[in-house]
Amino acid sequence: MQLNTEPNLPNPDAFYEALIEMHQDLSVADSQMVNAKLILLLGNQIGDMVVLREAMALARKGINAGINAEIKPGINPATSPVADTGSEGRTL
Amino acid sequence: METDYQNLAFEYRRGPDQDAAVAVRHPVVVVGAGPVGLATAIDLAQHGVPVVLLDDDCSLSSGSRAICFAKRTLEIFERLGCGTRMTDKGVSWNVGKVFLQDELIYTFNLLEESGHAKPAFINLQQYYVEGYLAERAVQLPNLQMRWKNRVTGLRQQDDHVAITVDTPDGEYTLQAQYVVAADGSRSAIRKLMGLDTQGRVFKDRFLIADVKMKAEFPTERWFWFDPPFHPNQSVLLHRQPDNVWRIDFQLGWDADPVLEKQPERVLPRVRALLGEDAEFELEWVSVYTFACQRMAKFRHGRVLFAGDSAHGVSPFGARGANSGVQDADNLAWKLRWVLQGLAPDALLDSYAHEREFAADENILNSTRSTDFITPKSEISRTFRDAALKLAKDCQFARRIVNSGRLSMPTVLSDSPLNTADSDSFDGAMVPGAPCTDASIRQGGSDGWLLPHLGGEFTVLAYADGAQAAVAEVAGQLREVSGGAVPSRALLVLGAGQSVADDLNGISVVEDHAGMVARRYDLKARSCYLIRPDQHVAARWRDLSVDAVRDALARAIGQTKGPESCN
Repeated sequence: MQLNTEPNLPNPDAFYEALIEMHQDLSVADSQMVNAKLILLLGNQIGDMVVLREAMALARKGINAGINAEIKPGINPATSPVADTGSEGRTL
Repeated sequence: METDYQNLAFEYRRGPDQDAAVAVRHPVVVVGAGPVGLATAIDLAQHGVPVVLLDDDCSLSSGSRAICFAKRTLEIFERLGCGTRMTDKGVSWNVGKVFLQDELIYTFNLLEESGHAKPAFINLQQYYVEGYLAERAVQLPNLQMRWKNRVTGLRQQDDHVAITVDTPDGEYTLQAQYVVAADGSRSAIRKLMGLDTQGRVFKDRFLIADVKMKAEFPTERWFWFDPPFHPNQSVLLHRQPDNVWRIDFQLGWDADPVLEKQPERVLPRVRALLGEDAEFELEWVSVYTFACQRMAKFRHGRVLFAGDSAHGVSPFGARGANSGVQDADNLAWKLRWVLQGLAPDALLDSYAHEREFAADENILNSTRSTDFITPKSEISRTFRDAALKLAKDCQFARRIVNSGRLSMPTVLSDSPLNTADSDSFDGAMVPGAPCTDASIRQGGSDGWLLPHLGGEFTVLAYADGAQAAVAEVAGQLREVSGGAVPSRALLVLGAGQSVADDLNGISVVEDHAGMVARRYDLKARSCYLIRPDQHVAARWRDLSVDAVRDALARAIGQTKGPESCN
């Protein structure tokens, strides 16, 4: 496990407060948008797919898909043969 | 007066096979005279393999269809004798703009480093591409094109395939040692053989409107997400030759494909984009859906599937025709080597292996583009819009925005034909990579590297330094190319170097700008083995005759496995 789940924030209360304040007076839809932008910004800051995948898996852990759906093992793109071959095309 | 390729009709001619008492056997029958079938047939024929090319129709592509042709495809067409014509007629472009609603969020430039003969991309209507290839094909006496020849039956035997063909004069049969099924996404051969494709069908519809107009738009690729003139959907605008502009409107799954093709529905959409006063005429209209899918295996005995018959992608990224031409490029030399008895039949297995790998890469990329352009859930839409909104100010988000990842040739990194590196190299020319071009000089005039590499196996060696050292490399090159497996030798000399010795049989080019050395990470005595389709098979820091011969044997499928040399 490369994801750091030990305390790393110097002031957790201030972080949490800032996070909630970020959403003040926003509709649910706008909050969703702000969260999405924040995740993209932080993802780029972390910049390590191993850490990011571990964080995604941990975030999703224990949360089931819809009532009749089951969590499928799924294909891990990190180990699928064509991922990250370096010829994924021009980034536009 | 230029040929009107859109309305060109080829004549059906009764051929001698139709009157033969016993079915005539041919080395290769290619089915489908689209870009992939034509490229395969030309490649084979110009290297001495007689080919019969069957097509159930007698005209070229109806509508512009595939319009973006990538540098690698143009390099292949150059080898087939019509690349320059395509580049001259096509519209070269390298700037793209991405808009969100009514705002430009960023501009990109595909302009590569200099030192490549071909541009990054050209736009050219598919009927021109097919027309130029067809005109090249008729120059080849051992390539028989048979229009209005529809395959209605196919039976595999031990040493041939028996094919039944329907014509305006009725049915006849012929035999082929190998069949190339390049007969498109609705492949008749695939159906006759009871085979299918697996993948994902996307629930979305797109409208293509090709519009002829004198426009002030620059020659750029413009992509809109959610524009005011076509809310909640995407639109793509792209220029083609002859003042034709491709406009691609996303319509959504609920759109009626028949209704949406009617001019009274199309014209208001186009006017909303171009303005009420714009003067234009509709050239071609089409409504399409697409699937990302492929056949489980591209080889079935003596039948080899290539292009859309084998795999399908979304149009975002121009990966359909471009990857199909790479299939042709990969297959033609292998068929030739097997038919001429230079390589075992197993070499054809590597066609399937390599191009299935490439298809997976193309499908992965085009699926990702489609998921970005057509989000499948609310949260997916939210992340998509978040990336677009961030992209205006943040560079990183522009790399996430996905309006199509434009076709790049696949690096065949896990091919059984590769010999793994035993020495350390920098740069992109790993085993399996398609060779990159570079500016060179030969015999006092400027030229390009790639024309020295195609068609046969090439052993490229680099020499720089004293005459004696250069002569030693030349001597070893001569020895390598005299081995059991035919190959030719190319000596690349450092800038300012020349050779006094007789280099009979060895081509010599001067790396006058140091570009070859840089792009291939060459030092004195470095050596590359390059396949007939210009992919790297192996490379070494020190040219060794034995090592090259081992790698050659592996590259033609004589030695199994990447490292089982003995």
